[in-house]
Amino acid sequence: MAATDIARQVGEGCRTVPLAGHVGFDSLPDQLVNKSVSQGFCFNILCVGETGLGKSTLMDTLFNTKFEGEPATHTQPGVQLRSNTYDLQESNVGLKLTIVSTVGFGDQINKEDSYKPIVEFIDAQFEAYLQEELKIRRVLHTYHDSRIHVCLYFIAPTGHSLKSLDLVTMKKLDSKVNIIPIIAKADAISKSELTKFKIKITSELVSNGVQIYQFPTDDESVAEINGTMNAHLPFAVIGSTEELKIGNKMMRARQYPWGTVQVENEAHCDFVKLREMLIRVNMEDLREQTHTRHYELYRRCKLEEMGFKDTDPDSKPFSLQETYEAKRNEFLGELQKKEEEMRQMFVQRVKEKEAELKEAEKELHEKFDRLKKLHQDEKKKLEDKKKSLDDEVNAFKQRKTAAELLQSQGSQAGGSQTLKRDKEKKNSYCFTVNSAVCCMLHETQGPVWASCRNPLPAQQSCASLSLIPP
Amino acid sequence: MDPLRRSPSPCSSSRPSSPSTPPCEMLGPVGIEAVLDQLKIKAMKMGFEFNIMVVGQSGLGKSTMVNTLFKSKVWKSNPPGLGVPTPQTLQLHSVTHVIEEKGVKLKLTVTDTPGFGDQINNDKCWDPILGYINEQYERYLQEEILITRQRHIPDTRVHCCVYFVPPTGHCLRPLDIEFLQRLCQTVNVVPVIARADSLTMEEREAFRRRIQQNLRTHCIDIYPQKCFDEDINDKILNSKLRDRIPFAVVGADREHLVDGRCVLGRKTKWGIIEVENMAHCEFPLLRDLLIRSHLQDLKDITHNVHYENYRVIRLNESHLLPRGPGWVNLAPASPGQLTSPRPFKVCRGAHDDSEDEF
Repeated sequence: MAATDIARQVGEGCRTVPLAGHVGFDSLPDQLVNKSVSQGFCFNILCVGETGLGKSTLMDTLFNTKFEGEPATHTQPGVQLRSNTYDLQESNVGLKLTIVSTVGFGDQINKEDSYKPIVEFIDAQFEAYLQEELKIRRVLHTYHDSRIHVCLYFIAPTGHSLKSLDLVTMKKLDSKVNIIPIIAKADAISKSELTKFKIKITSELVSNGVQIYQFPTDDESVAEINGTMNAHLPFAVIGSTEELKIGNKMMRARQYPWGTVQVENEAHCDFVKLREMLIRVNMEDLREQTHTRHYELYRRCKLEEMGFKDTDPDSKPFSLQETYEAKRNEFLGELQKKEEEMRQMFVQRVKEKEAELKEAEKELHEKFDRLKKLHQDEKKKLEDKKKSLDDEVNAFKQRKTAAELLQSQGSQAGGSQTLKRDKEKKNSYCFTVNSAVCCMLHETQGPVWASCRNPLPAQQSCASLSLIPP
Repeated sequence: MDPLRRSPSPCSSSRPSSPSTPPCEMLGPVGIEAVLDQLKIKAMKMGFEFNIMVVGQSGLGKSTMVNTLFKSKVWKSNPPGLGVPTPQTLQLHSVTHVIEEKGVKLKLTVTDTPGFGDQINNDKCWDPILGYINEQYERYLQEEILITRQRHIPDTRVHCCVYFVPPTGHCLRPLDIEFLQRLCQTVNVVPVIARADSLTMEEREAFRRRIQQNLRTHCIDIYPQKCFDEDINDKILNSKLRDRIPFAVVGADREHLVDGRCVLGRKTKWGIIEVENMAHCEFPLLRDLLIRSHLQDLKDITHNVHYENYRVIRLNESHLLPRGPGWVNLAPASPGQLTSPRPFKVCRGAHDDSEDEF
């Protein structure tokens, strides 16, 4: 675009014009400052450190106030982040301070994932800002900026070196946030140990490629003080919420039987340096770095991940909005397709199950039929047998009556001889009959207790012979 | 005819005070105030930018006024149109200078519009201007939606448009009304009565009242807009200003000796009109408004309201905006859309060394 080119050239070569008198725009910085004051500032600090290193106490000491908040319960699994926002006012400057603290950091047995909740939290704040920035209707100038501006990393005062957990966490965080490492509870280390400790820590950080926040030295007014402070990193700090009378002043201190450690005494600890650097000299720079470096990096990565490019093959600039819409539609289309698929699968499964159940039902019916038939066969057989048995019984009865008839005829016609002979005959006959009956009875109805077990005299036996029902 | 945009949504009041953020009492000085100094240092290092546009018919003293405002020869002493036949179409002429005062650097861009309202048929003469303004917004938007953005996006958006009303003494002309109606939706407009030395004090007051009435009748929302007053102090200050707008101004870039003092003024046979004398004209009010007290506010409203409005429309329906040559078609093109650029030229003349007088 020709117009743009011309404009850019002008920008580089525009002249400085001398003023013939007082115009009055030297009040511009004041105008800017007044606007900012009326809008208020916000500052977000993240404190990362193991439990018991004095994070909350240090915050109280730093801002000279007692922040309400119960001490965290350390009974939860995993690392949690707790965030509290406070409104501070000093003369006409209002500050919205957010303090985020890790709870349970370093308490786990397996600390491999300890850094993840922290990184996710920081990313979530960037994401929220990015979402607001990408909205069509947005209100950025009144948006409460929750991005973390500085991370104070609390190092345990072992006196030896950094723990591997510290190294890993700081490495993960250094590209996302400004890190200022501090040695906590510095009253546990002596001065000589402290210098050695500091040197060890700095060398470890350098050798592992961890980029901690360097105080800016490009502006002459603060270059000197920042330069000296850079050499004192990491700061060894002590926090205290108690005030003791020392000399004739009340000041924050910790009392031991062997002496009193004063928080604001530069010879005792670096607390004053930390406060200077963090609040009085570099607060604005921390915010600017977060916005221009860390946030832009996050934004770039996120947008590239979402598939945006700055120019398409025809070298015409793409619109974020347009590509965003296209991606969104694509995504919705995919969602719909997946939904369809799932529905199909569900219908399929239902069909299969139904078929299975039908099969089973059929089988059961068949079985039932078979069993019924079997049962009927058995029944028929039994009935047949019963019938034959009844026939035999009837036949026997007939024979019995015939035999009785014969007997009565025989006794009338013959004498005693014949009677004897007949008796014998009858006996044997009865016996045979008995045994036949017994056999028959036995056959049809199981062992029957018949009264004719013993060979009784024929007459008696015959007379007393009756079919004794079992 | 461009549909008029929605009126800018009012800024919400300063800090959102939610009940969930408890105020904390600090027991001693912490040093939070120092952040103001930090801000100042940063701002002074980075420098400021200000873009102003002057619109009005030729001969109303626009270039002189700009020179008087910034006490420097921003323009050549002969206005660009003089001696040259009246341009057939409206031209926009931009100049950029860096001026410094007490360590504060200001990059000033002044855009002039020779040929405005000079034709016989002035229909749609505001389109090139609107196109130019939108082009600047467009440029900023394109920079903002890049993936790899610059640290500091150069701000060429017009922060203030000073509209010169000819001193007829009656009321606003239809051209003025049309123009103001369209422009106050897009940019901060400050109308001024030009060449006010041809009106007496009473005529001035009457003219001013009539103009104010005209503005009210046609719902023209000029700067400072009522809906953006944040607190009671702003309201009071701005109401005083609104009472005096449009300012009756006189421009002069020659110095004369009056009572032993060297003052900027116009020398006439019947006296010397002192530009900076409140009894003579209201130039100091204009200067204070534009530079000394409301410059940052002008920039903020341009950025937070006008630019956001533009962005919303642009991302939604891009065929409703008048276009400048920097136009990039974001939405998929549909048949029947105008894509030919309007007939106007933008020339930037900061390199005309031979003709500039310093």
